[in-house]
Amino acid sequence: MGSLTIKNLNKSFGKVEVIRNANLEIEDGEFVVFVGPSGCGKSTLLRLIAGLEEVTSGDIHIDGQSVVRTAAADRGVAMVFQSYALYPHMSVRENLTFGLENIRMKKDEIDRRVDHVAKLLQIDPLLERKPRQLSGGQRQRVAIGRAITRDPKIFLFDEPLSNLDAELRVRMRLEISKLHDHLGNTMIYVTHDQIEAMTMADRIVVLRAGVIEQVGAPLDLYNRPCNKFVAGFIGSPRMNFIQSRIVSLTNTEFGLESGGLGTLTLQREGRDLQVGQEVSFGVRPEHLELVEETLGSWSLTVDVIEQHGSNTYLHCGLPGQHQSGELLLHLPGQSAQRQGDSLFLRPIQEHWHIFDMNEQRVQPEGNLT
Amino acid sequence: MTEANRRLTTAASPAWAFMARKHGGTRADWTDWVTYGYLLLGTAVMLVPVLWVVISSFKSEGNLTQFPPTLWPEAIESLEVKGYNRPLPLFKVTREDGSVVTLAQVRRVGIEAQMVVPEHPEAGLVVVPVERTQAIRKFYIATENYTKLLDSAGGQIWSSIYNSVFIALVATLITLVMNSMAAFALSKYRFAGSNFALLAILATLMVPPTVVLVPIYLIVSELGLVNNLWGVILPVISTPTGVFLLRQYMLTIPDELLEAARMDHASEWRIFWRVVLPLSTPALAVVGIFSIMSRWNEFLLPLIVLNKPEVYTLQIALAGYTDENGIVYGMLLAMTTLTALPLALVFIFLQRYITTGIASTGIK
Repeated sequence: MGSLTIKNLNKSFGKVEVIRNANLEIEDGEFVVFVGPSGCGKSTLLRLIAGLEEVTSGDIHIDGQSVVRTAAADRGVAMVFQSYALYPHMSVRENLTFGLENIRMKKDEIDRRVDHVAKLLQIDPLLERKPRQLSGGQRQRVAIGRAITRDPKIFLFDEPLSNLDAELRVRMRLEISKLHDHLGNTMIYVTHDQIEAMTMADRIVVLRAGVIEQVGAPLDLYNRPCNKFVAGFIGSPRMNFIQSRIVSLTNTEFGLESGGLGTLTLQREGRDLQVGQEVSFGVRPEHLELVEETLGSWSLTVDVIEQHGSNTYLHCGLPGQHQSGELLLHLPGQSAQRQGDSLFLRPIQEHWHIFDMNEQRVQPEGNLT
Repeated sequence: MTEANRRLTTAASPAWAFMARKHGGTRADWTDWVTYGYLLLGTAVMLVPVLWVVISSFKSEGNLTQFPPTLWPEAIESLEVKGYNRPLPLFKVTREDGSVVTLAQVRRVGIEAQMVVPEHPEAGLVVVPVERTQAIRKFYIATENYTKLLDSAGGQIWSSIYNSVFIALVATLITLVMNSMAAFALSKYRFAGSNFALLAILATLMVPPTVVLVPIYLIVSELGLVNNLWGVILPVISTPTGVFLLRQYMLTIPDELLEAARMDHASEWRIFWRVVLPLSTPALAVVGIFSIMSRWNEFLLPLIVLNKPEVYTLQIALAGYTDENGIVYGMLLAMTTLTALPLALVFIFLQRYITTGIASTGIK
């Protein structure tokens, strides 16, 4: 078992509040990813769970037991550090056994566990080497192995892949996911990379400035972000936001005027809107479609073209103005567009969002997240 | 040039190229001459006295007091002559007619010397004015300075060597343990007043050791440690430089390692012994070497604390060295050489550790 409950948790360093009133429930066996920009407090939250930082106020329960007064070693959690924190003067085997020797585990039980882990992670040929003789990926494996030998209720990963090159990162991502399927333990994983979060997580916790902004399954966060921050953070490249105003309103439709782009008529779907309201219109680059007609669409000029081979990204601006970055458009495959071409674009039905001036999403009816 | 020669030159050339580097280019600038001249002078000033002591320690007593002094150890050639129970020194004597003969000197009386012809001692003594004689010298190493030193005085020197080695090793060992524990606390724990504690420790550097000599003696004497080796070891067991050096080094050990160890159920004590100390070996080596050197050369404290010959350290024994007839310079020089030898060896063999250790701790 390895469930975790965080209740009204606060942490401050001196006058700086790093975690503000965090509440979170994690069920046994879940893979949860904490994601957010640097300095958002995600690592601190992890260290609070690990017991490496003292809680300012609030409570943490592991399997229903409060652990805020329990030493890090006795919480039944194991941590994989960003720098791996392997003991440089000990061999891989000693690194794996150090913690077990400290609790005076029997020699044959230690050997059994080390053998098991070494086979599982394919590090058995490396057991007598020193960490400095290992590659980055091998060190990473040893660090994970050290966590596994302790047989914890909860695994904590603190940006474990950030020191690896891109290719290795993709591979280790897969391996950690497989490991989770194999072991079935609860895992909490911290990263600033939303791709890692999207691909690995059962549930994602998005943090900003010490506050949990939204918790949910990856696609829920992608499809129904609860505010402008989550909408911008999840998904790559990031969502387009266009400052707009509601100019007309009926029961089924509304008119949206977006500065120089012109006015669109969109489905209201029961949204709570007022005429004259200033809103932020959000649409992802992949949710814009090219259309022929000039009516009911945005007219834009291509400024910069990025050809990725499998994808094409068009940075578009207003016609007649050389100001790029107004809108980003994603087209699958390779595109025949050229710089300076005029385009007519329209957001795909049901794949756009309205955010009010408090950056909260204006929910369509019957779709309350 | 033979093949072997050529190989030798190529092998030596990188070292020589390094030694003979020149300012900017291939031609020697005047600054090069000044630089190398200054360096050579410095080397000579430091090295010549040491070499002179070492060479002189192999000179016989007569050779030492001889004027003008000789560079290499020399002795007057001597010969067994029938009728005399000791070998007689040989001299070249210039006769009045200008011819030169070799005679053996029996004794010298004022400005005259009584000599015999070595081949015909029965011919009787010849009296020769001293200024006409010239000693026949040969290269001679007087190892008896050393053998006599180590044999004489009932093994006194051996007890001094033991005392010095005991103090240097035991004190260094305890110093390393005490200093590293203080450094660990000062580098890895956040506690109120940690900066003040560090400053207070460093501030003791500003107090000259001679100022606290008397108070230290009083404490040592109250503890009943006068004429006890522990009376020398304990008062300076922790050193501010050692604490500072180790602290600076330990700051470079990542905190994550300690946190990992903490999560691995390691007690703070175990973290210190199993993680922090092994990772601090370069700094420990530096502190250890410095400690051995200063303990070995320590003079003032042993001088006042140790008053009996059987507890003398080498330095104290050296300073007070006389035999029953006064100072025997040959033996004194031999003792000086012996005393300086261990440190020279430490430097020669551990030089690499000293330089890398000092470089890695970032302090001079």
